[in-house]
Amino acid sequence: MTALLKDVARHPSGRIGLTIFIVFLIAAVLGKAGLTPYDPLMQDRVARLQGPSNAHWFGTDLFGRDVLSRLMEGIGQSFIISFFSVGVASLLGSVLGLTAAWFSGLWDGAVMRFMDVLLAFPAILLALLIITIFGPGTWTSVLAIAIVYVPIFTRVMRGPALSLRHRDFVDAARTFGTSRSYIMTRHLGLNLVAPLTVQITLALAWALVTEAGLSFLGLGTQPPNASLGLMLSDARNLMEMAPWLLWVPAIALMLAVLSFNLLGDALRDILDPKTRRRLA
Amino acid sequence: MSYPIKRLLVFPLVMLGVAIFVFIAIRLVPGDAITAMLGTESGLLTSAQREALSAYFGLDQNWFVQFWRWLVGVLQGNLGISTTYGKPVITIIWEHFPLTLELAVLSMLIALTIGIPAGIYAAANKDRPSDLIVRFVAMFGQSTPSFVVGLLLVYLLSVGFGVLPEMGTFVPIIEDPLANLAQMILPAITLGTAFAAAVIRMTRSTMLDILQEDYVRTARSKGMPRRRVIWRHALPNALIPVITLSGVEFGYLLGGAVLVEQIFALPGLGRTVLNAILQRDYALVQGSVLFIAFNFMIVNLLVDLAYAALDPRIRFESK
Repeated sequence: MTALLKDVARHPSGRIGLTIFIVFLIAAVLGKAGLTPYDPLMQDRVARLQGPSNAHWFGTDLFGRDVLSRLMEGIGQSFIISFFSVGVASLLGSVLGLTAAWFSGLWDGAVMRFMDVLLAFPAILLALLIITIFGPGTWTSVLAIAIVYVPIFTRVMRGPALSLRHRDFVDAARTFGTSRSYIMTRHLGLNLVAPLTVQITLALAWALVTEAGLSFLGLGTQPPNASLGLMLSDARNLMEMAPWLLWVPAIALMLAVLSFNLLGDALRDILDPKTRRRLA
Repeated sequence: MSYPIKRLLVFPLVMLGVAIFVFIAIRLVPGDAITAMLGTESGLLTSAQREALSAYFGLDQNWFVQFWRWLVGVLQGNLGISTTYGKPVITIIWEHFPLTLELAVLSMLIALTIGIPAGIYAAANKDRPSDLIVRFVAMFGQSTPSFVVGLLLVYLLSVGFGVLPEMGTFVPIIEDPLANLAQMILPAITLGTAFAAAVIRMTRSTMLDILQEDYVRTARSKGMPRRRVIWRHALPNALIPVITLSGVEFGYLLGGAVLVEQIFALPGLGRTVLNAILQRDYALVQGSVLFIAFNFMIVNLLVDLAYAALDPRIRFESK
């Protein structure tokens, strides 16, 4: 794990991605811990729609709330939803993908056809449908985004697991009398960590975008709580008068997504034995 | 059994799965269709009127009967009647789909005309400053959600040029192509940005892989000029994954771009379904989701077939 982190820090795009990610993570933790410069909900009617200044680095919004504080809380909210939804999706997807590959036959067919059904839905519409069923909220967003990305993890795990099952080193381990569970965890597991890690980073990027999109449509985080999507939606009618209300969440969302994409690229280079040789 | 045939056999099964899934999901949404359709006026309905309406839309039956009736209708080309529009679902889909199709085609054109040349250029100039710039721009393009691109475009236009995008009543392309393009160009650029970024990255990386292949080195050592090797030997092979990527992306766009349609106030398929979900318009949600899933699967099937046809090395293994 520490070796992997070192490799990421040495990789050019990995270094940038990691730096941005750490900055955002700190902002998220501070934002959720309530350690923001101002109370994100505190309204200051006198200081409405003020541009960036020493008192308010990123200005204030229509109600005089501090944009930096709201941004920090929003990033925290986005991170919580993304991490939990990707966690659920990768766990569920891994179990489904691995068991589908291992047991094959009827179970494999049933799992993969159901995944085909989920994949045939446009991602945002599937999420919308789930949210309208359960009503908007943090945990509904987590559930909706998780369900959208389960099929992708299932496929990512099943493919390599299927091809690994018949590889020479697995056969060799079997002829040595190695137990099935040891083969599954030690030989298959380690070989599947690489694609899974890359997929998790990329899924985090998508989850951030989906969460922001849902909140933008008014079906994610509910006001007065802060979220990047809500801030962007609020900025729509004020963008000419108060452009910072648009720029701040837009750039923040872009950088957060960028950091995960950069990390994903770096991990793909590092974990792929073929490119690894090329890098060395 | 060969792979495409297997895919064709699975096709109706997955469509049935989609049909069942959406049928159940939309009925789990709290609230009923009649109340959603009439809003506050639904309070004025006598119970007899309400029952008559339910019977008219077939909502008085249990779920199994409803599903069966709907399925039989679908197989006969009848997707039911929308409670919000009071029109056949199929008519509503055909009213909104052309816009979505046009938007998808325009975005793909933008993505390919920018993406392929930029990708080749970056690969041919690997690790030079020009390559780094292209990669940087592509990375940013891929990391900016399309609805953010849309918002920024609207802002830059209104501040920089003092113009607002054409947001009046939508003009179909057959009525007035110029007015239509004026409305469509910004949304198309918006959706084309991330699409183009993905095409750039894919073109560049496959191009780099292929430039390391033996046959490329052979061609070079025969004394063939670099430019000719790139265009004649490397490019056709490098384009195969790009075609796959574009096809899948195109399939997604045919499902409608809810957020971008929302920002530019376009009456596309995405917004129609969004509103239908919010209105609990069962027939419209079921019909349009089925339509979208059908398109998506057809496009993916075609992409797979094109993939096999384009690359003689790929022959799907039969199991």
